[in-house]
Amino acid sequence: MKKQSNKTNLVKDEKLKATRTLIRNHKRKDLLFSMLGLVMVSLILLTLLTLFIDLVIDGYPKFTFDFFTSFPSRRAANAGILSAWVGSSLVLLITFLSAVPLGVAAGVYLEEYAPKNWFADLIEINVSNLAGVPSIIYGLLALGLFVYTFKLGHSILTAGLTLGLLMLPVVIVSTREAIRSIPVAIREAAYAVGATKWQVCLHHVIQYSFGGILTGVIIGMARAIGETAPIITIGALTFIAFLPPSPITPDFPFISFEWLQSGFTVLPIQMFNWLSRPDHAFHINAAATGAVIIVLTLLMNAFAIRLRYKIRKNIKW
Amino acid sequence: MAKENSIIKAEAKNLNFYYADGTKALKNISLPVYEDKITALIGPSGCGKSTFLRCFNRMHDLYPGNRYDGQILLYPDNTNVLAKGVDPIEVRMRISMVFQKPNPFPKSIYENVAYGLRVRGEKSKALVDEKVEEALKGASLWNEVKDRLHDLAFNLSGGQQQRLCIARALATDPEIMLFDEPTSALDPIATVNIEELMSTLKSKLSILVVTHNMQQAARISDYTAYMYLGEMIEFDKTDKIFTNPSKKETEDYITGKFG
Repeated sequence: MKKQSNKTNLVKDEKLKATRTLIRNHKRKDLLFSMLGLVMVSLILLTLLTLFIDLVIDGYPKFTFDFFTSFPSRRAANAGILSAWVGSSLVLLITFLSAVPLGVAAGVYLEEYAPKNWFADLIEINVSNLAGVPSIIYGLLALGLFVYTFKLGHSILTAGLTLGLLMLPVVIVSTREAIRSIPVAIREAAYAVGATKWQVCLHHVIQYSFGGILTGVIIGMARAIGETAPIITIGALTFIAFLPPSPITPDFPFISFEWLQSGFTVLPIQMFNWLSRPDHAFHINAAATGAVIIVLTLLMNAFAIRLRYKIRKNIKW
Repeated sequence: MAKENSIIKAEAKNLNFYYADGTKALKNISLPVYEDKITALIGPSGCGKSTFLRCFNRMHDLYPGNRYDGQILLYPDNTNVLAKGVDPIEVRMRISMVFQKPNPFPKSIYENVAYGLRVRGEKSKALVDEKVEEALKGASLWNEVKDRLHDLAFNLSGGQQQRLCIARALATDPEIMLFDEPTSALDPIATVNIEELMSTLKSKLSILVVTHNMQQAARISDYTAYMYLGEMIEFDKTDKIFTNPSKKETEDYITGKFG
């Protein structure tokens, strides 16, 4: 009797040992994978950081107040990015105003209203495809459509609409994703008290997907701010020593939309322009401009993350 | 069949229901819903009891391709809930629903309860305040939340959330309230609370409840219907079903030989 129990104990011991070895092996793989992941992430971050630090070091002498308040100049030392950052801001404003309502409306329609059939699938594929179309194509489209057909000129309005077009698929896709994450139960709850489709969209769908939509919008804007090709295609100026007319005028009706038709330049074009000069002093300006663009992009993304966190905090599914 | 002095509030007549993929989920179902009584639908999973319940407020209309055939008449006005000409919104304004999992909106407690009134375009703040309080009292939640009406509904416990959903369904004075396994996601204490609440509610409205739990049906309902594979096997007073069912299948299910 005793012998047998000893034997079973032995068997148990063996089994326990085998289990422990197994777990040890599994944990080793776990560690290996996390190491690999860490290396990959560091690699990506390092590349980005090197790029950024390089720009900052090169452009360091230009990080002065004057750089932001001066127009470009033939003398590199006096040149600044005033017209470029004003231009970029105004263009982005138009981009935001045109792409967001359109994109959100399209996303809500496709998700909530459109019948789910082959046509909807076709639209879906097309929208996703649009997000991958090279931006220069958008530039050519805008040149033909906005500049020549609608005669909007080589203006801020044209540029804003062009970038809006570019951003549209991003907004549509992120809107749809955000809407899809709303549980069916919440929708049914709203319908069950007698809400119409529009009420469900307005009071629930759009509100709960707001965080996701906003994230998409800001990421789209961050992409738009760095776009150069389509803006060059529609004929942005590369040297501009004036600001667009002020939107607020001293005379009645105090608001002017003349700035929409104004010529303009944007940060990446300014940077490109300086880079193409042989004089090294201009390269410093270009590097500083590049750093400004990256900082702007970073700020926008940080803002997006913060906003998403704040909005999602209240929503738990 | 039990008739006595009860008034019929609604009645399903020869109801068939087909899902978009062609599956016939309900086969020729007829069932009366008595006024100010609780009617329980029992049966094994997949027998169509939830599908049947969701016909009453046209929930199936939300998904394209579903098809009803037959009638659900709402008395005293004889409205056929399923008729093409009857707007599902109108139906849902008269027949409210409480779901299996508590599904409050990510809004404040107050806004959750007030939502039905908002949808109806109610602007008067005083009236909404009054209705919200009345509904929360009706759902025995008022004392627990009266000091934090503007807190998020998600901060409530599961049982409180379900009572909030009942308050939301109650705020619009429905004629019938549908419950789709209202306690299956709740702990025993919360379950008792909801059951007691349902028994109080039937003084002012008719209740149709789907439940997985036979004891629950026996405890709270006045009438019970046993469904199996999309068919109505037996319908009678609850006492009768649980003590002396007339069909063998019902007895097998009740006694646990099956299901």
